[in-house]
Amino acid sequence: MADAATDEDVARKVIEIIAEQAVLDPTEVRMDATPDELGVDSLGLVEAVFAIEEAFDISVPFNANDPTDSDFDISTVAAIVSAVQGLVREQKG
Amino acid sequence: MTDPEGPRGRRVVVTGMGVVSALGTGVRAHTAALDEGRDGVAEMDIPDLDRLAIRIGAQAKGFVGEDRYSRSELALYDRTTQLALAAAKEAMEGAGLEITEDLAPRAATVIGAALLGMGTIDDNYRQVFQEGKNRVHPFIVPRLMNSAPCSFVSMEYGLKGPAWSVSTACSSANHAIGQAFHLVRSGGAEVAVTGGVEAPLTFGTMKAWEGLRVMTKDACRPFSKGRTGMVLAEGAAVFVLETLERARARGAEILAEIAGFGMSADAGDIVQPSVDGAARAMQGALVDARMAPEEVGYVNAHGTGTAANDRTECQAVRRVFGPQADALVISSTKSMHGHALGGAGALEMVALIHALRSGVLPPTINHLEADPDCDLDVAPNMAVERRVGAAVSNSFAFGGLNAVIAARRFDG
Repeated sequence: MADAATDEDVARKVIEIIAEQAVLDPTEVRMDATPDELGVDSLGLVEAVFAIEEAFDISVPFNANDPTDSDFDISTVAAIVSAVQGLVREQKG
Repeated sequence: MTDPEGPRGRRVVVTGMGVVSALGTGVRAHTAALDEGRDGVAEMDIPDLDRLAIRIGAQAKGFVGEDRYSRSELALYDRTTQLALAAAKEAMEGAGLEITEDLAPRAATVIGAALLGMGTIDDNYRQVFQEGKNRVHPFIVPRLMNSAPCSFVSMEYGLKGPAWSVSTACSSANHAIGQAFHLVRSGGAEVAVTGGVEAPLTFGTMKAWEGLRVMTKDACRPFSKGRTGMVLAEGAAVFVLETLERARARGAEILAEIAGFGMSADAGDIVQPSVDGAARAMQGALVDARMAPEEVGYVNAHGTGTAANDRTECQAVRRVFGPQADALVISSTKSMHGHALGGAGALEMVALIHALRSGVLPPTINHLEADPDCDLDVAPNMAVERRVGAAVSNSFAFGGLNAVIAARRFDG
């Protein structure tokens, strides 16, 4: 899917990945929710970032040492989706 | 924790030490670099470096096994064993300890290592998986086992007493040295050769560590604002411990006294550190040593350079030392020799003993700016000249296994 991924495809897949970490159905993942609100801790985030990298064959600049300070915005689901869309365009466009 | 009122047994001193690290081979090179604040971290020289996101490490580039060991020895010695044997040689020669027939069964060997012989695993996986080979060298098993460095050190010096390896992730060396100390103190052995080793700078190990996303791409900056994580290292340090009585009787030079050892488990998270667990291990070491907080002038920190460790460690030091936290110096020598995982506590014990003997407390280098979360005297970028009577060395491992050693300067 990496070559032809539209923004919509990316959003759907990212939400699926986050939902899996949160042990929720993708329909239950609100776009304005923070990882914390979904019950995704720092380990869960590291796993989600790995799954995102694998799904889109991209490299995500996420540093678990200080997640809020890395170049990858993880403040909400919407922010993560938008950041991944940007990275896919940048690295696969 | 040790019973505060209970008996402690015999006094135990260090009469020999040896080290190999990215800062150099031998105590002189390692400690001179610590005094200067030299950074041992550089781009690594390993296969497939171009496929790694993290390309820096604290590699002991000056240490070449092929220059030291024969072909038949190299067939059996992973780099972990090579490093451990070199450190043990320096320690044994320095101690001048003769392992007589009577002493041998009372001489212990306790060596810490978090991992296995990762170079051996990497090389042979490469052969069978990547190159499709269907057989490997016959001695891969004894070469890669976690206990191999311990076995080879015991064999080299004929140490026939209690011998075991310790693997508690990043606390392995401190657990090893601490257990050896307790063994000698209690009469379970007369002398002990103890320390820690790690040789994790291989492609596969680096890939695994990259996955955790706690590694820095530029420099290890413990306790500094703007720190970006840890740097992996290789190295070994080995010590000869014996009773004060024995050391005096044979006129040995005494480098320091090991005074106390404290252990704890966070029983919390597999990667996140805990203030409570760290504090209880430090407290345990002080109680075991019958050491008042005011006696301690220097703490060699676990100080990995990750946001979580450094913040937690500083809070734990405040909790244990109270007002003394503002009087003591706490530095992370990992800023210079990197994080050698199961060998870390041993490299740091060399720094601790050197600080007690020389009155030069090593700096925390690469420090950019004070971090309010780490508001202690971390000796930023410059060593501190100060004679201290006692010092403490912290190791806090992934999985919450904590080990802290307290030592005193020995003035005779």
